[in-house]
Amino acid sequence: MRTKTVRGAIIIALSGALALSACAQSNRDTGGDNGTKAKDVIVFAASADPTTLDPAFASDGETFRVSKQIFEGLIDLKAGSTEVVPELAKSWDTSADGKAWTFHLQQGVKFTDGTDFDAAAVCANFDRWYNWKGLLLQNQSLSYYWQTVFGGFATKDNPDAPATSLYQSCEASDASTAVIHLTSPSSAFLPALSVSSFGMQSPTAMQKYEADKITGTGDAPKFAGTYWDQHPTGTGPYMLSKWEHGTQVELVRNDNYWGNKAKTQRLVFVTKPDVNDRKQSLQGGSIDGYDNVSPGDVDALKTAGFQVPLRPPLSLGYIGFNLAKPPMDNLKIRQAFAYAVNRDALVKAKYPPGAEVAKEFLPRALSGYTDDVPAYDYNVDKAKQLIAESGVKNPTIELAYPTDVSRPYMPVPQDNWSLIKADLEKAGFTVKKASDPWSPDYLRKYQAGEYQSYLIGWNADYADTDDFLGVFFRDISPQFGWDDANVRSLLAKARAETDPAQRASIYEQANKEIMTELPGLPYVLVGSAVALAKNVHGFVATPVTGNEDFSTVTVS
Amino acid sequence: MLRYAIRRLALLVPILLGLSVLLFVWVRALPGGPAQALLGEHGSPDAERQVRIAYGLDRPLYVQYWSFLKRTVHLDFGTSIRTNQSVTSEFLTRFPMTIELTVAALIFAVGLGIPLGYLAARKHGRFLDHASVVGSLIGVTIPVFFLGFLLKYWVAIKLGWLPPSGRSNERIIATHPTNFYVLDGLLTREYDASWDAITHLILPAIALGSIPLAIIVRITRAAVIDVSHEDYVRTAEAKGLARSTVSRRHILRNAMLPVATTIGLQTGLLLSGAILTEIVFGLPGIGSFVYHAIQNRDYPVLQGFILIIAVIYVIVNLLVDLSYSLIDPRVRVGGGRG
Amino acid sequence: MADSDPEATAGGGSAGGAAVDGGVAVAEKPAPAPGPAEVGQSLGREAFRRLRRNPVAIGGAVLVLLFVLVAILAPLLAPYDPVDQILKDQIRPGSFPGPSHEHWLGSDSLGRDELSRILFGARQSLLVGVLATTVGFAVGLLLGTLAGAFGGWVDNLVMRVVDILLSVPSLLLAISIAALLGQRLISVTLAVGVAQVPIFARLLRGTMLAERESDYVLAARSLGIRRRSIVLSHVLPNSLSPVLVQGTLSLATAIVDVAALSFLGLSGADPDVPEWGRMLAESQTFLSTAPRLAFLPCTAIVIAALGFTLLGESLREALDPKLRR
Repeated sequence: MRTKTVRGAIIIALSGALALSACAQSNRDTGGDNGTKAKDVIVFAASADPTTLDPAFASDGETFRVSKQIFEGLIDLKAGSTEVVPELAKSWDTSADGKAWTFHLQQGVKFTDGTDFDAAAVCANFDRWYNWKGLLLQNQSLSYYWQTVFGGFATKDNPDAPATSLYQSCEASDASTAVIHLTSPSSAFLPALSVSSFGMQSPTAMQKYEADKITGTGDAPKFAGTYWDQHPTGTGPYMLSKWEHGTQVELVRNDNYWGNKAKTQRLVFVTKPDVNDRKQSLQGGSIDGYDNVSPGDVDALKTAGFQVPLRPPLSLGYIGFNLAKPPMDNLKIRQAFAYAVNRDALVKAKYPPGAEVAKEFLPRALSGYTDDVPAYDYNVDKAKQLIAESGVKNPTIELAYPTDVSRPYMPVPQDNWSLIKADLEKAGFTVKKASDPWSPDYLRKYQAGEYQSYLIGWNADYADTDDFLGVFFRDISPQFGWDDANVRSLLAKARAETDPAQRASIYEQANKEIMTELPGLPYVLVGSAVALAKNVHGFVATPVTGNEDFSTVTVS
Repeated sequence: MLRYAIRRLALLVPILLGLSVLLFVWVRALPGGPAQALLGEHGSPDAERQVRIAYGLDRPLYVQYWSFLKRTVHLDFGTSIRTNQSVTSEFLTRFPMTIELTVAALIFAVGLGIPLGYLAARKHGRFLDHASVVGSLIGVTIPVFFLGFLLKYWVAIKLGWLPPSGRSNERIIATHPTNFYVLDGLLTREYDASWDAITHLILPAIALGSIPLAIIVRITRAAVIDVSHEDYVRTAEAKGLARSTVSRRHILRNAMLPVATTIGLQTGLLLSGAILTEIVFGLPGIGSFVYHAIQNRDYPVLQGFILIIAVIYVIVNLLVDLSYSLIDPRVRVGGGRG
Repeated sequence: MADSDPEATAGGGSAGGAAVDGGVAVAEKPAPAPGPAEVGQSLGREAFRRLRRNPVAIGGAVLVLLFVLVAILAPLLAPYDPVDQILKDQIRPGSFPGPSHEHWLGSDSLGRDELSRILFGARQSLLVGVLATTVGFAVGLLLGTLAGAFGGWVDNLVMRVVDILLSVPSLLLAISIAALLGQRLISVTLAVGVAQVPIFARLLRGTMLAERESDYVLAARSLGIRRRSIVLSHVLPNSLSPVLVQGTLSLATAIVDVAALSFLGLSGADPDVPEWGRMLAESQTFLSTAPRLAFLPCTAIVIAALGFTLLGESLREALDPKLRR
């Protein structure tokens, strides 16, 4: 009896030790590398499948990363910078009124289906976009970039589509000269053409495989043709081999490419939604690189010998205030909020090297940035004092954050929320939680102005000031519930201004005005990071996510 | 026996009808409802009305349910909102992965569990026995996701012995006629692809198989102990039959009945566990797909997958019941028992 | 209800050392004569006596007791406020202060004291675990009693409903419910609870049917006692001991299931509230830099669940004379 008890106790102790030893850490570190080595392939992990391989209908980086290899635009951004360089257009010039843009095209270029790339093809693409008809094609979820850059369509079939269009017409003056006519001068037009959505696609293939045949609705469009996932046809260094939905997209080299041919034969984008999964796959050697490295991994990966190129900070994280919801209508409360948040500590604690505290709604790298805006340096006393002056007793703030999402500007939204909440409470605010899954609830609710204050941010679509300030404040939006005629007219003026210096000074003025009125609190400027194995060469990170060119990449 | 099988299959009908009603109601009760989920972030009232008409959401509920039922009978579950592919084809491309994983886990659990349980029973009361009892209790408790991460962390990342995630090495070019990767490699003579698929299955199978393993050890042990006390075993032993003959002919065979039952019951558990395992190891099976469908409100996928999973589950249970009669002639299903 | 074994077990050796030694006579089937209360009591006493001798049961009881005590006494035991970001200034992405004199288990990714969070996490686990099991038990009790007591078409209907619930894997069922109800404590509780309903319902129906046919019930019925009163005062109490076992085991399942849901991002608690499953989920990003943040909450989950499993299994053994060998 006694021995039995003792034995039982030993067993329990042993099993406890087992459980504990299972929790101890092994110091052995032999970086594993298994799987057969075949040199002529790059395997890169993305966090999601492309939505479609027809970039005209897409607006996300996961799609563009792939479509960028298949399609080329008239112009491109220089690798690693925001400078506009020629691609399918050798050069261009503008008319005196800034409304006619003449593009001189590369000659002898063919789409991968054999169709000639010429001025007629350019115009076919522009006319395709401009002439999209029906509720569905004119829905933002499909034609987002056309609507953002060019506005409306030939006919307005969707009540939500813009009424007017920047685009007027396209004319092929000869085979290698295309002229685009705009309805008004625009400084944003040229850089915007670098967006992958405006890549040139083969008119024959689009017709043959029914690119525009789409049924369904809004966020649930059904591509009824086969162009989008089987026959996307461009002029780029790679072409589609096979898309296994949900698993991988495989591209092969375009051996007839007009420029420098791709250095690696096969390029595979595998879909791995979980960031830890991506990291472990890289560590285990089954992939060559992955995108959207979490900030906490940057140093660890570097130490382990991986390459971790950082993109220049073109992502902006901010807390949006909805001025239509009291007490956010009270400027003193907004200011108190701004003083209460220790943005410096937040950025240091949660963002990768290279991130900085945002002073305004614009990345430092873009024209119109100025340091001369009201600063709201961390100051709890000041915040308390402002609350007292505001006349609001025991102010309660509803602060919303999204779940199931990680963005460069908020790698773990919930962490940001916790840190900000603690800061606000120290200043005397009561903080209420609101949270929803990122898509579709959170996106819908914040855009519809349902939250009082909310964590959100913006990734640059293309490197232009209008893509930040213009997107946020050019129109009155329910998101901010903020009506400031002065700011709106400044932004409209800047967009039409073609003189760079003049434009920059208008934007500076707008920045000052915005930060005085404080419709939100920008807190971080950050770039996303890519991780690559040691033996990957020739990858250049671009400021805009998903704009990287893989044709120069080799794996040794 | 045939009559029994038919009766059991007939029972499937009310279950499926009930489930379809539940699913139909469930999807309509989800926050936001189907119209809003379909429209997402850019829905205006006008657009919402269009969706309602397009999807027949404006018709009376019973009409909607009837058409849902009609389509279901024809195995038409609609199109996935997330991937734009038909739900049936999504299921068919992903199910082989889950079957491979489940089978691998079962092989691990049964292959290790029965010998362990048998040994424990034969060493009844000794250390091995106690260790197996406590070990199996711990085994049942350790969450699948934690074991998955432990294995991934040490075996795959620290030691680098096996791949940490995914279904195959993307560097290997392989064709997949059946989507059972292990089988595909054998069929197409791409043996390296088969081997690669197997290496990718080992860790997930261990993680997923741990709980069934623990249960099988326990049941086998208990069954063997039970049987060894039966008179016929004692008689056989007394007769001087070789110990191995006794175990083979009498003990193991008779002890297999409860073990078989347990293995059958584990199918449901494995399907549950497959969700977690597939997420932890980044495997593109039905478990992870359902999970992402829930996150993305992919209703057609949810309705279709849950219904199909239920059918499979019920059928597997039926097969298990039927297999009793093969293992144990004493059970005569369809006769006196029902 | 008659037997109160959980308290007796957890309470250690205070009660009933002087149990009847001839207690093996706790017959396989209750003899017709003794009232249920009496049977329950002697059954309980005998079971308890056996439990005390079983090291597995003692181990389980110790773990459960530890878990419950930690949950109750967390505010006294925890050295710091679990939501206070005291070490915030030392936090850098991917590196957090490790264990030290002031902070035995170091800091979590937001500069909060990990030890305090683990201790407070026991509360959340216990709360949701107990609530969920109660939901599962209560609904299962209702369904099982209905089916077992009335039989006939009621039984048929109830069991079909249970079959439907059983035809969907339980985790899938729980995920579906949690997704349906949104991220609130109540939805996680209901999700985990409902997933347990079929087990309880089947169990209760089965035991009640068995009891219904038993001699003493037949005797009572022949004496003209009304059905409702037979069910309430005889059948139900006697069906309870397997339920007690299942309840203990279900607590373990509930704790793990709640953690699994949190792990999948379906947590009910505020992000600040320490909860083991969520802590584990959050730590996945730091698995290579701060593995302790994953192993600590996980060890806690395993210990708590293991306690209930060990206790439940040995209870089952103790209460079922057939299993005792």
